[in-house]
Amino acid sequence: MIANLIGVLFDGIAYGALLFLISIGLSVTMGLMNFVNLAHGAFAMVGGYTTVMLMARLGVPFLAALPVAFVVAAVVGAVLERVLYRRLYKASHLDQVLFSIGLTFMAIAAATYVWGPGLQPIELPRFLIGPVKVLGLDLGAYRIFLVALVIVITFGLVLLVERTRFGAQVRASVDSQQASAGLGIDVNRVFSLTFALGSGLAGLGGGLGVDVLGLDPTFPVKYMVYFLLVVAVGGAASIKGALAAALILGIFDVAGKYFVPDVGAFVIYVLMVVLLILFPAGLYGRRG
Amino acid sequence: MTAGSAPPVVAPPRATVAVHRLPQDRWRAPEIVFWSIPVAVFFALPGYLVLGSQILIVGLFAVSLDLILGYAGIVSLGHAAYFGVGAYTAGLLALHGWGEPLSGLVIAGVTAAAVGWVAGFLVLRGEDLTRLMVTLGIALVLYEAANKASSITGGVDGLSGMTMWKILGMFKFDIAGRVAYLYSLVVLFLLFLVLRRLVNSPFGLSLRGVREKRKRMPALGASVREREIAIFTVSAGVAGVAGALLAQTTQFVALDVLAFSRSAELLIILVLGGTGRLYGGLVGAAVYMVAQDILAGINPVYWQFWIGALLVVIVLFARGGILGGLEGIYARVRRSGA
Repeated sequence: MIANLIGVLFDGIAYGALLFLISIGLSVTMGLMNFVNLAHGAFAMVGGYTTVMLMARLGVPFLAALPVAFVVAAVVGAVLERVLYRRLYKASHLDQVLFSIGLTFMAIAAATYVWGPGLQPIELPRFLIGPVKVLGLDLGAYRIFLVALVIVITFGLVLLVERTRFGAQVRASVDSQQASAGLGIDVNRVFSLTFALGSGLAGLGGGLGVDVLGLDPTFPVKYMVYFLLVVAVGGAASIKGALAAALILGIFDVAGKYFVPDVGAFVIYVLMVVLLILFPAGLYGRRG
Repeated sequence: MTAGSAPPVVAPPRATVAVHRLPQDRWRAPEIVFWSIPVAVFFALPGYLVLGSQILIVGLFAVSLDLILGYAGIVSLGHAAYFGVGAYTAGLLALHGWGEPLSGLVIAGVTAAAVGWVAGFLVLRGEDLTRLMVTLGIALVLYEAANKASSITGGVDGLSGMTMWKILGMFKFDIAGRVAYLYSLVVLFLLFLVLRRLVNSPFGLSLRGVREKRKRMPALGASVREREIAIFTVSAGVAGVAGALLAQTTQFVALDVLAFSRSAELLIILVLGGTGRLYGGLVGAAVYMVAQDILAGINPVYWQFWIGALLVVIVLFARGGILGGLEGIYARVRRSGA
């Protein structure tokens, strides 16, 4: 029973880690540019399809396909930011919502057109399949890999934000765009780079998530709620908040589906409404 | 305004006074022409009445969203929740032996309004993003509830097998959809009259005040929260009536009355038509559904792609939708004519 519980807990953590990886970019977009981007899942989908296509068509190994997924999603993000998103930073939230719903629809239709409506299969490398004994517990190898990778990336992100010049510019821009611009920070460049980085991380998450979340053209809508939730519950532009929210979400979702399968997705939606009512500005909200 | 320096005899004094009065709600000629179109359709296109009543119902639904979005500035990503509550209420009533349409409509509207009133307290806290998420969350919770409670709602299979009584004991729903069309049209028109009066009242004006400057309204002695909850409740009730109309006229309730795609589609319809005008929802519903009927028949995937592209274009270049564009053209023609 206890082993079972720990197993579910670990699955939840792995799931939450994945959600965090995909959502952190959205969190930054909302905190930095105050942009409600419902199309964020589409970048994850780009990464997912890139990974699957590279492996199936070109025979690229999984671990080598992941960095490519990151780069492709980051480039797509950077181009869209330059061409479209930039025009709407000052627009109302309604405009942003509509615009990003439009983008999402286009992405779904395009993916259906190119790859068909079916679920994409993925073959993981053999050393990532099956359970591994850790301290007498059977844990999924792929789950361990996910958690480890996300821990490394999170540390990288924290270092980037806390210790580098670029990170300081990002933090300054979140606090006050005007003052930062006045101090000579190229706020537009900061926006572009963070948007590309966020999209890239989403793409990486999408590639990693093919096995866990599944990949079909409706991916951006199916998981939209989860990504938004991580940001809304975590509070915008907070790595700590997004991580906490993603883990809570992941654990509750997996535990809910495991222990009370009849109620299923209900757990997560009720949790979301309750959390949002208790913390309207997010767990680590800046605007209290 | 340019005639400010002209002698007062030339400048019509009424115009300057009217600026500060309540919105003018006298019927104008274009409105009368507009409402004669659905009547003309009934006689001219008897083969399209089923699509026609769908348009009327979605139009009413879009008008309900316009009340909160266009007038009070509340963005909802889950308005299908109230549409669905209305549809299931009317459907369940008819299924369990009460097939009287008019009372069913009223009960469905009141139920949806009650749900909206409760939801309003949850939604209308916090900032834009939180509101967006809570509206979305409530709709998702209801969708899951209807999905899981399949013994009551029929789950994914939907609710079917209901029998509707004659309207007022006289008019029986027919296969060609003639009665359904007229029924939807009359309900839509009557509700529209009430809502048109509502948005042109002092209350409607204060809603616009909330939309334009939330923080200043309390300084004028107006409670923002009370007004928002009131209009949210009304809007939910109207959406519920629209849902009930759909259930009664098709005698079927599908699970997708509560789906996210319905809420998203509704936003598209309203924005396509133009927000904050009441008529925008109706125009948007007609254009969207006729286009969908034609294009989705050719290829549903293309349809979704183009509707997405259309949305992006509207947001970037054509804020105000169809009616906003028409108004712009009209204003330009008048200026060049004068």
